[in-house]
Amino acid sequence: MRILFRTVLWSTALFAALVGTVLASTMFGSVSLDAGTVVRAMLNTLAYPSDVGLDSGQVGVGEHTAGVPVPDVSYTQPLSFDVDRTDQIIVEKVRLPRIVLGAVVGFALGTAGAVMQGFFKNPMADPSIIGVSSGAAVGAVATIAFPVTMPFGLQTAAFVGAILAAFGVYFIATQGGRTPVATLLLAGLAVQTFLGAGVSYLLLNAGEGLEEAILWLMGRLRYSNWGDVGSTLPFVLLLFIVLLAYARDLNVMLLGEEDAHALGIDVERTKRLLLAASALVTAAAVAVAGIIGFVGLIIPHIMRLIVGPDHRILIPTSALAGATFLVLADTLARAGPGPAMPVGIVTAAVGAPFFLFLLRRREVHAL
Amino acid sequence: MIRLDDVALSLGGTDVLDGVSLSVAAGEFVALVGPNGAGKTTLLRTVNGLLSPDTGGVTLDGDRVTGLSSRAVSRRVATVPQDTHVGFSFTAEQVVEMGRTPHRSRLDWTEDTDAVGAAMERTETRRLRERSVDSLSGGERQRVLLARALAQEPDALLLDEPTASLDVNHQVQVLRLVANLADDGRAALAAIHDLDLAARFCDRLLLLSNGRIRARGPPAEVLADPKLADAFGTETAVSRDRVTGTPRVAAFPDRPDRAGQVHVLGGGAGGVAAVRTLWQAGYTVTVGPVPEGDVAASLATDLGLRVVTAPPFERPGTRERELAARLAGKADAVVMAGPGAAGVEFDADSVAATPRIRATLGGPGPRPARGDGGETAVVESERALLTAVQNCLSP
Repeated sequence: MRILFRTVLWSTALFAALVGTVLASTMFGSVSLDAGTVVRAMLNTLAYPSDVGLDSGQVGVGEHTAGVPVPDVSYTQPLSFDVDRTDQIIVEKVRLPRIVLGAVVGFALGTAGAVMQGFFKNPMADPSIIGVSSGAAVGAVATIAFPVTMPFGLQTAAFVGAILAAFGVYFIATQGGRTPVATLLLAGLAVQTFLGAGVSYLLLNAGEGLEEAILWLMGRLRYSNWGDVGSTLPFVLLLFIVLLAYARDLNVMLLGEEDAHALGIDVERTKRLLLAASALVTAAAVAVAGIIGFVGLIIPHIMRLIVGPDHRILIPTSALAGATFLVLADTLARAGPGPAMPVGIVTAAVGAPFFLFLLRRREVHAL
Repeated sequence: MIRLDDVALSLGGTDVLDGVSLSVAAGEFVALVGPNGAGKTTLLRTVNGLLSPDTGGVTLDGDRVTGLSSRAVSRRVATVPQDTHVGFSFTAEQVVEMGRTPHRSRLDWTEDTDAVGAAMERTETRRLRERSVDSLSGGERQRVLLARALAQEPDALLLDEPTASLDVNHQVQVLRLVANLADDGRAALAAIHDLDLAARFCDRLLLLSNGRIRARGPPAEVLADPKLADAFGTETAVSRDRVTGTPRVAAFPDRPDRAGQVHVLGGGAGGVAAVRTLWQAGYTVTVGPVPEGDVAASLATDLGLRVVTAPPFERPGTRERELAARLAGKADAVVMAGPGAAGVEFDADSVAATPRIRATLGGPGPRPARGDGGETAVVESERALLTAVQNCLSP
């Protein structure tokens, strides 16, 4: 019972911290709102999906487009507290989508980071290690540089690019049904470098889209809307549950593949599942928010120092801490000079020194 | 319990196992010995299903391993690895708990306190419970890994060099524990480098070399088997350890093959030193007469030398004296190395021409004997002895 108890306790505490951070972050901005208003407006924003229909979207290149069905979900908001109309719009339409999306992305990156570090038995592994971010970058920058009409446009392209890159790396590294972790790591590095070349080439030819492309590459939550949240949150939660279910297996995998096999783990199958799920989680996050570094690297690291290496507690706490951290970082980004400060700059600027601090304190000394 | 029938397996084009058949019954502790690269680890990996044989079958209680899921195999067979480096620092108890994996549902997060506690109790690792595995000594970690294996509640234990990185004290502790676990009705198969330890704790030895079982049977038999010396590419000398009462083997890979025969007279420490020095130098050595049960007599027997023994506390009889004189006569040199040398008449015609060396190499030296005084050399060290013998051979 101990691990279950600890997990629930820690997760509850971190979830409370996340809610508090979201609340504080929503109060903060060019127009300061008081806590009461924010809480009431947030409650008003709460909605549940009440109807699912089909809408038609356009897909195609340039002039040549074709109609495709796109799910159209309508939501019902059951609560209506009395809030000033402007305040309600600021909270519901402007601040909350960005903050909630930030939390979802941080949650996804924290989850994937914890899993990847365990998978590679390497605390320097991060969610993009198998090429996910580079693949997404190619997809996104290509879309920005050469506009293609699609229902979700940029996001779809980034997501597809991410998945293609991850599976490409996986297939390159697989031989005879076995995927050695070291080969995977090296194949990931090589593919990242190759895709990096592709991104650089696209940027040179991006023309007017250059600034937008660079902002995307640095990670940004600025253009977030409830649609992004709706398409990301259920997906991320589902994969989180799958990964959490495999937390025990991941623990055993840390002993080494031979030991894991001797303890009854179907090693190759488990590796495939863990890789696929964490690649999908990362891809979902990167697709909506661009490349946000350091969250998936640092958060699992810190949580491991605090709660220990058991993935049953490490995965949920890393996810929640990642969410909180990204909301905080994005709040700083919003406060930063100019309206377009990408959150990726903040996470790297805050995260890296903190990591070095841990390194100097010798809290992070071994693998 | 564990059974291999004509198993062959090649890895990367090399035949690692080439028709291996063996069986290990419940309650038996069997050691797999053999030179490096003999295929011991590969053999163990076919038993736990990590590798599938190209031909032949591996069965556990009659069920083919290749037909069982890794989960099903891990409920029957637990593998203790040589040494495990755990990247992130789990506590000893967490590692032992992982042994319960084959019995637990993925979503069941409750601790199996009873099985884990029992396994740690049995291996005396309870006090290490909260310690990080990385902070444990090699011996402690090996016991924790054994506890993890026990937590699997297996019928059979596979151990890959369980004592390789341990000091003498922990080597003995770990192997004694495995022997006890086998006595409780489990089958245990271990790849063990140290032949003496294998002989001391195991019921049977299997000699694996170049992918085949070359010899099998009780330790004393396998150690004495010339195929063992062959497999390791060395000359061996098997003796019985006086403290443990079990056979032990010493290897002399560099022992040269030298022409020349030397007869050693006299037993005790001096006799032993002379026999040992001359044998290791590569000479053909004969001994006697020495009293039965004398240390020099048992050394000569262990080395497979011709030795003439006489009943203890008696003057050697005519027959023994004649036998010894004949051996001495055939030798290129006679070394008088300890008490008892007095028992031979050196004026006998057959011996008179053989050069004589008087050696005092520790212990009481030879007493003056009849016909004394005709020594070619008197030496007081092993090196001097070898030089003197060398001079006798090529004057």
